[in-house]
Amino acid sequence: MICRHWLEFEKPVEEAEKRLAELLSYNTEGQERSAAEIAKLDKKVRHALKDLYSKLTPSQVTQVARHQDRPYTLDYIQNVFTEFVELHGDRAFKDDPAIVCGLAKLGETAVVVMGQQKGRNTKEKVHRNFGMPHPEGYRKALRMMELAERFGRPIFTFIDTPGAYPGIGAEERGQAEAIAANLMRMSTLRVPVIATVIGEGGSGGALAIGVADRVLMMEFSTYSVISPEGCAAILWKDASKADLAAKALKIDAAELLKLGVIDRIVKEPVGGAHREPETAYKNLKTVFIDTLAELRELTPEDLVGLRYEKFRAMGVFAERK
Amino acid sequence: MIWFKKEIRANGEEAKSVKVPLGLWVKCDHCGEIIFKKEVERNLDVCPKCNYHFRISAAARIGMVADEGTFKECDAGVEPVDALDFKDLKRYKDRIKAYQKDSANKDAIITGEAEINGTRAMLAAFEFSFMGGSMGSVVGEKITRVVERACETGCGVVIFSSSGGARMQESILSLMQMAKTSAALGRLRACGLPYISVLTDPTMGGVTASFAMLGDVIIAEPRALIGFAGPRVIAETIRQKLPEGFQRAEYLLEHGSIDMIVERKLMKDTLSKLLAMLRRDTGAA
Repeated sequence: MICRHWLEFEKPVEEAEKRLAELLSYNTEGQERSAAEIAKLDKKVRHALKDLYSKLTPSQVTQVARHQDRPYTLDYIQNVFTEFVELHGDRAFKDDPAIVCGLAKLGETAVVVMGQQKGRNTKEKVHRNFGMPHPEGYRKALRMMELAERFGRPIFTFIDTPGAYPGIGAEERGQAEAIAANLMRMSTLRVPVIATVIGEGGSGGALAIGVADRVLMMEFSTYSVISPEGCAAILWKDASKADLAAKALKIDAAELLKLGVIDRIVKEPVGGAHREPETAYKNLKTVFIDTLAELRELTPEDLVGLRYEKFRAMGVFAERK
Repeated sequence: MIWFKKEIRANGEEAKSVKVPLGLWVKCDHCGEIIFKKEVERNLDVCPKCNYHFRISAAARIGMVADEGTFKECDAGVEPVDALDFKDLKRYKDRIKAYQKDSANKDAIITGEAEINGTRAMLAAFEFSFMGGSMGSVVGEKITRVVERACETGCGVVIFSSSGGARMQESILSLMQMAKTSAALGRLRACGLPYISVLTDPTMGGVTASFAMLGDVIIAEPRALIGFAGPRVIAETIRQKLPEGFQRAEYLLEHGSIDMIVERKLMKDTLSKLLAMLRRDTGAA
């Protein structure tokens, strides 16, 4: 368990975790005393983290979902699947690095994978446009979905974006149309579609690859119609009220499961996926295998029909006859 | 004839405050001209001086395109619910009540069936004055039903959009209406029935990024603001001045996003013509 960046609310464990990392790096000297101390400290850190993470506020979950060390789409693709081959471009304008797509294998099954990709350092972040796709990114994703359908391959999507990019070029090239086209086309795909929110599920830009038979969420990810900051700026007229907005919007996995918007929560290791990515990959892979097995029982007609009913049922209203 | 001239001060600046007399007169939002209200109404709520298309109610919109006495409203009893117990500066519950008190509508849309120059179609029109025409569960459900009804009865669909986007007070449920309505239109497409989307001022956010941009034919009213992200958000993100006319109907036409711009007075005839030409029994080889 090695952590490099601590969040504000993790202050109580920061010192202990740093000390633990230090001890681990000296471990080669093989001192008896240090082994015992490590075990003790490790237990202490785990206990404290478990405690902290069991009562995160919605705005703290948002911070974890956006954590700079959190596994991103390519990390999941490379560690859950094998033989990944990245495929590029929308065949019309350009290749959008904010969405990655390709072929891969889950066990013995060839599948199509795609997701928004964020960057780790400044250079990468700019290259990936902070995980905010342009229309050509969504059109590349659409091309891959249709490819998957033609070859009868299941589709796995990874959602991790603050939102679709709000820019001049994006608007000129039809950001809204690109998202809308994906929503409509995804609802008729004749192959299994499994979407997983791994970090930030930001609005229409997230949903554009999220119309799936099963929608999964990593335990400390968020999914929302607007960012807490954006919502606070509009409804509270004060972006600093993001904490209140995060709470009101009900953006965490447990709330969304209750609302029936997602189907399953995938457990993260103690202290979040970034502390023990291997455990996160393993957990997700197990759920993927289960879920795909379930969906493979269904005919293409049933898949399309049930997916329609799933989204058809979303929404709450009253009706006076 | 100009009835009221802009007051020009000695230093050449225009007077900042123009007092608009209540009732008989309106001030055009675009050219600032003060116009006799009756004259604007006679002109389908279009400024006679500059052709600015005023925002109009859902009922007025339907009245302008449906043949007299043919409109039958559907699902009028579908009402919003505060499912998330949402509270910002005000409770969502109270907002709903306040808007319903001031409006003839239960939510931001009217749907139904009508004839347009004798062609039967399902219609939906947004009420922008109801919470900025925002899309929550009611709007999503009513659009989905009207599209499903078109599939069942074999007619086309016309939706007049005017919306700020998804309704934040319904949070993720409003986001899901984008998927729901788009899926319904997928079925309409499979049925081979036409859908004409009319974008009126303003059409933004989650409404644009779902059913509004999925028309077989997409029409916009002159100068309508149409986009995904709001102009202010874009300007703040890129820290640049936005180009002249950005996100206006004319700009979208130039960039290939919409099929045509149609003035209000020609809307009804354009719609009936398009619906007739796309009907399955016309012109198919």
